[in-house]
Amino acid sequence: MNDDDLIQRFKPADRANHWLTAITMILAALSGLTLFHPAFFWLTNLFGGGTWTRILHPFIGVVLTVSFWFLAQRFRADNRITDADREWVRRIRDVVANRDQNLPEVGRYNAGQKYLFWIMVATIALLLVSGIVLWQPWFAPWFSIGLTRVAALIHALAAFVLTAGVLVHIYAVIWVKGTLRGMTRGSVSRAWAKHHHPAWYREVTKGTK
Amino acid sequence: MALQSLDITRRSATTTPSPGVRETQKVAKLIDVSKCIGCKACQVACMEWNDLRDEIGTNHGVYDNPLDLTDKSWTVMRFSEVEVEQGKLEWLIRKDGCMHCADPGCLKACPAPGAIVQYSNGIVDFHEENCIGCGYCITGCPFNIPRISKKDSKAYKCTLCSDRVSVGQEPACVKTCPTGALVFGSKEDMIQHAEERIVDLKSRGYKNAGLYDPPGVGGTHVMYVLQHADQPQIYNNLPKDPQISLLVELWKGVLKPIMSLGLGLVALTGFFHYVTVGPKETE
Repeated sequence: MNDDDLIQRFKPADRANHWLTAITMILAALSGLTLFHPAFFWLTNLFGGGTWTRILHPFIGVVLTVSFWFLAQRFRADNRITDADREWVRRIRDVVANRDQNLPEVGRYNAGQKYLFWIMVATIALLLVSGIVLWQPWFAPWFSIGLTRVAALIHALAAFVLTAGVLVHIYAVIWVKGTLRGMTRGSVSRAWAKHHHPAWYREVTKGTK
Repeated sequence: MALQSLDITRRSATTTPSPGVRETQKVAKLIDVSKCIGCKACQVACMEWNDLRDEIGTNHGVYDNPLDLTDKSWTVMRFSEVEVEQGKLEWLIRKDGCMHCADPGCLKACPAPGAIVQYSNGIVDFHEENCIGCGYCITGCPFNIPRISKKDSKAYKCTLCSDRVSVGQEPACVKTCPTGALVFGSKEDMIQHAEERIVDLKSRGYKNAGLYDPPGVGGTHVMYVLQHADQPQIYNNLPKDPQISLLVELWKGVLKPIMSLGLGLVALTGFFHYVTVGPKETE
C-alpha cells in the first residue's frame, strides 16, 4: 500500500498503551476465569498453578487498571455519546448485516466502540474496588464477610460484562477488515476511513487534497 | 486432612462424581452446652492430636483464650454471661468450631478442585495441599469458621479428626471431655441422645431446651444441646437460622454456570456471524 493511501489513526504511545491494556486484560480474564468455574481451572497452568494464579491475578488487575486509566485519558474526548450514536444503535440490525449505507455518519469512533469504552470505565472501576475487598491475604481481612460476599458477586458480574464486551471488541476487529493495522501500525487506508469513519476522515483531511 | 478415601460425597470445584463407592455411616459430634464446665480440655486435646501450637497471646480480661479461632486453634470456648430472665444470670459456654454442614457453604464457594471434600460420613475436610488461599471458603461459610494462615496462606479449620474417625476412633476433643458434654457417634444416635438430654433439661425447668441441628444448611454434623434453643444468638451469636448467603448462592449457583456459558455463546456467535454474514471489507 502506498504511503499516500494511508492516514494516521493511532500514535505510537496510543498503541503501546492500548496493547499494555489488552495484554493485561487477557491475562486478567484468563486468570480470573480459572477461579470462576472449574471448567477453566486448567488455565492456572499458564500462571504456574492455582496458588500462583491467585497471587498474580490481583496484581495483573492493578496494572490493567492503571494502564486503562491512562488510555481513558487519551480516548475520553472522542468517546462522547451523540445523537448520531443513538441512531446508530437503533440501526444495529443494519450494522450486523453489513448494510453500512443505512448508518448515520460516524466520527472517529462508532457507537459500539464508544459504549465499549464506557462499559470498560464502569466495569474496571467496579472490578478494582471489589477486587481490593477480595484480595487475599492483604486487604480481604480488613473487610466484613458480608462485604466480601457482595464484592464477590459484583466482581463476577462486572468481569462477565467486561469480558463479553472485550470479546465483541476482538471479534469486531476480525469482522471489519483493515481495522487491526490502525492499532498495530498506527495507520489505516483512506478507503477504510472514508467507509467506516467518514466524519473523522473529513476532519483529518481538511485542508489537504 | 486425611488419607485417600473411597467415600467422598462432594469435592470442591469438581463437576464429575468423586470416588464414592464406599458408603459410611453418618456421624455427628454432640455438644451439650448444659454439661460444659469450660475447662478447655477439648482445646488442649485438639492442639495435641493435631500437633498445633498457637502463638501465646495476651489476656484480654475474659476467659476466652485464644479470643478467636485461628489457623492453629480449630476450636475455642466462647463464654457468655447472659441474664436469661430478670435476676437469673447464666454462664453459657459454647465450644465453637466447624459445624460440618450437610450443605457446606465453604465447599460451594471453593474454586480449587479437591481443596474441600465432604465424606459420606458427613465430615467436611480441607485438603490444604490443594488450597490456593483465595479465601472464598470464608465468604461461603455461614458460621465464620475458616481461617487463612499468615504463614502459608492456606485455609484451616476443624477436621472433626477425620483421621481418627476413619479408623473408628472418636475426635480428640470428645475423647478428652471430662464431663461428657461432648459425645460422638452416628448422627441418628446423637439425635436420640440429645432428645434424652432435652427431656432431662425440660424437667429441670429449661422449657426451651432443644437441639441445634439447623435445617438451613441441611443439618450439621456438629450439633448442640442448648438450654435456650429458642434463642441460639445468646450463645455468643450462634446464628438462629444459618444458611448459605443468598449472594453466595447467586454467585456460585446461578452466575457461575450461566455466565460461563454466556461467554462461550458470545465467542460462538462471533464465529457464526463471520461464516454467515461475513466481514466488512473496503477496497
